[in-house]
Amino acid sequence: MTRQVVVTGLGMTTPVGGDAPSSWRAILAGEPGIARIDEPWTHDQPSKIAGIMAVDPASCLAPHEARRLDRSQQAALVAAREAWADAGAPEIDPDRLGAVVATGMGGLISLISSYDLLLERGASRISPHMVTMIMPNGSAAHVGLEIGARAGVHTPVSACASGAEAVSYAARMIQEGRADVVVAGGTEAVIHPITMAGFAAMRALSTRNDDPAAASRPYDIDRDGFVMGEGAGIMVLESAEFAAARGAKIYGVYGGSGLTSDGHHIAQPDPEGRGATRAIAGALSDAGLSTGDIVHVNAHATSTPQGDIAESAAIVAALGSHTGNVAVTGTKSMTGHLLGGAGAVESIFTVLALRDRLVPPTANLHNLDPQINLDIVAGAPRPLPAGDIAALNNSFGFGGHDVALVFRSA
Amino acid sequence: MSQQILEGLAAIVNEVAGVPVADVQLDKSFIDDLDIDSLSMVEVVIAAEDKWGVKIPDSEVKNLKTVGDAVTFISANSK
Repeated sequence: MTRQVVVTGLGMTTPVGGDAPSSWRAILAGEPGIARIDEPWTHDQPSKIAGIMAVDPASCLAPHEARRLDRSQQAALVAAREAWADAGAPEIDPDRLGAVVATGMGGLISLISSYDLLLERGASRISPHMVTMIMPNGSAAHVGLEIGARAGVHTPVSACASGAEAVSYAARMIQEGRADVVVAGGTEAVIHPITMAGFAAMRALSTRNDDPAAASRPYDIDRDGFVMGEGAGIMVLESAEFAAARGAKIYGVYGGSGLTSDGHHIAQPDPEGRGATRAIAGALSDAGLSTGDIVHVNAHATSTPQGDIAESAAIVAALGSHTGNVAVTGTKSMTGHLLGGAGAVESIFTVLALRDRLVPPTANLHNLDPQINLDIVAGAPRPLPAGDIAALNNSFGFGGHDVALVFRSA
Repeated sequence: MSQQILEGLAAIVNEVAGVPVADVQLDKSFIDDLDIDSLSMVEVVIAAEDKWGVKIPDSEVKNLKTVGDAVTFISANSK
């Protein structure tokens, strides 16, 4: 009998809000946080738009904290403080407390900035914090230090599936008895000419530069790529017994996870979504649920032409005849793609949808691609039924990583 | 001169480590009183070198135990 894991605290900083409540309000209202990047370096960039964090995370930190953290680490720390406070700052033996914070690219921008500084002013000007700013485990380590975690601090890295993998890893730590409380999530902040150029070279980014708010449009026939986003999402997971003993408020229940790999291509999805299908089936099995229990999917839905079709095929293959009863949404239509932060932020949206029994709309969906055979929520939020309900959150990453998470209503 | 260096150093220590400016006094130890760790001390050194045009070699840094030691070194070596 594995231990049940519940969600007791939420925190985030995203392109649509500086915290979880404001982000969730914007998502329910269908308001995209995508804008033109106001920098001279965009002049030769195919994609000149992005979802910049609505609130600069550095402004939420003391100056001496901000200066020794990469922007992705700043976002993670801001979101973690919100989530920890939201959970009521549990009193716990540090040996039973963990932190799992994922990232796709770590402190890449700090590395580039430091190299610029080195070329300009020499080796002696490099910050003694550079190494800890660029290491991918830096966010997890800083969050772990913040709360005093000693049960383990970990950083899964699986590109755009990283945040979801972190939630899965954290839940396992609790299920296996390594920890009673784990602060889990993902973060990313790599909006920079070099990354924009790299993703553009893959022809992965939307170039709808004249209408940024309409650029991220999952499932719409006129979608043309994803929109770069940045931010972090952190949730506090704890064993149900520990949460009950301290009278914690429960947002939702972690059901289970499925993790597979495509074995197909380094960056393109398997057109039939077979790895994703197996991940969804695995998550349902791990959660002890059947396809009919799922009422909502927060899809990966990046707004790329091929990716959305492959995921649609996977959802249909995994849920079969129940697919038509499932309200699917793509919240990247509003946040853009937070890469390693996406799976965590969208897990939080999934938990909030179950709590409020309200599925947020997919923004910018005007003409459904006929190859998408899903019931996509668009225009306005859609109510979910009463009673015990469950939802899926899908995340996939370059490299062929597939992660599906199941959450249940509290 | 020394007072100006003390004030400048206090601003740097505040910026680097968040220590209140008023706490940065001549008799205070960087490590024991101001809780400046070795990494932050490197930041203080870099900022001081930039501000006063001095070179503070690593071999000298370990002798700068108090804020007063740093003020004395900077005022003796700045251009």
